[in-house]
Amino acid sequence: MAAHVGVVVFPGSNCEHDVAVALERAGAEAELVWHTNQDLRALDAVVLPGGFAHGDYLRPGAIARFSPVMDAVERFAEAGGPVLGICNGFQVLTEAGLLPGALVKNQGLRFVCSPASVRVDSDRSVLTAAIEAGRTLNVPINHFSGSYVCDGRTLGRIRENGQIVLRYVENPNGSLDDIAGLANAAGNVVGLMPHPERAIDELLGSTDGLTLLGSFLQSAAGARAA
Amino acid sequence: MRFAARVEVRLRPGIADPEGATIERALPALGFDDVHGVRAGRAFRFELDAGDVAEARRRAEDLAHRLLANPVIEDSTVDVDRADV
Repeated sequence: MAAHVGVVVFPGSNCEHDVAVALERAGAEAELVWHTNQDLRALDAVVLPGGFAHGDYLRPGAIARFSPVMDAVERFAEAGGPVLGICNGFQVLTEAGLLPGALVKNQGLRFVCSPASVRVDSDRSVLTAAIEAGRTLNVPINHFSGSYVCDGRTLGRIRENGQIVLRYVENPNGSLDDIAGLANAAGNVVGLMPHPERAIDELLGSTDGLTLLGSFLQSAAGARAA
Repeated sequence: MRFAARVEVRLRPGIADPEGATIERALPALGFDDVHGVRAGRAFRFELDAGDVAEARRRAEDLAHRLLANPVIEDSTVDVDRADV
C-alpha cells in the first residue's frame, strides 16, 4: 500500500503541488493539508513545503509556527512520525523548535538559485536512511535565508549524533559547517534547504530528488509497520 | 491602564549581520569613514492594557521572547511607558 503523505499548505506556501507530484512519482499518495487542520493521525508522513508561509513576515517561519497545524505536527513528530521540511518548511521547523538552531540571511545578502551538490553525511534520519553515506546528490537550491547557525554546544551535539545529514560540497550561503540538511536527535524530523521535488526527472537535470523522497517514503512505510 | 511599548530586536553578538556590514561599507562614500560596528535591527511599537507598569513590561517581554525575537539568534530590549497620561 502506498504511503499516505500530507503536504501542509500555509497561506503563502508555493511548492506544495510540486511536492505532491514528486511524492506521487516516488510512489506515495499525497494529500494537501490546509494549515488549520489539527489532526494528522491518519497520515504516514508529513511534509512542510517551500514558499513564503504567512508572507515570511517578521522572520521566515515565525508566524507559521503558530498555525493550528503546527501543534498537530509536533504531536505527530513526538509519536515518531516522519516529518520533512523543505526550504521554507525547514525554516518553520527551526522556528517551531522541532529542529535546533536557526536559518539566517545568506552571506553577502545574496539570493541563491542554482543546482547544488550535496553530500549525504549521515544515514541516521528518515530522509537518508536508505542512502549510503558519502554519496553526492545534485539538487537545486532557491533561497535567501538558508545560512544555518547554532551555538557551539549545539554544533558539537548535532555533529556527534550524526544529525547533520546533508552538507554542501561548495558552501553557497555561509551556512555553518556547510549544513544543507539537519535531523533531530531521533532522526524522524528532517529539514533541508535544497528542493528534492525539483530534481525528479532527467528533463530537470537530475533525478536525485527522487532518491531522497524514495528514502523518506521507505522510512514512512517502516514507521507504519513498527 | 494603557501602556506604550517599544521593542528593539537585534542579532546577538557573534551572529553575522550582512545587512549591518553592507550599510557600514557604504558609509565612507558619504564621508562617514569614522563609523564602526553598525548592526541592523528592527523596532516594534504597540500599546497594551495592564494593571501596572510591571505587568505591562512582563507581558511585553513575554511577547518579545515568544514572537518578535528568535532567542536562538536575536536579543531584544523592551521599553514601556504610560500611554494614557
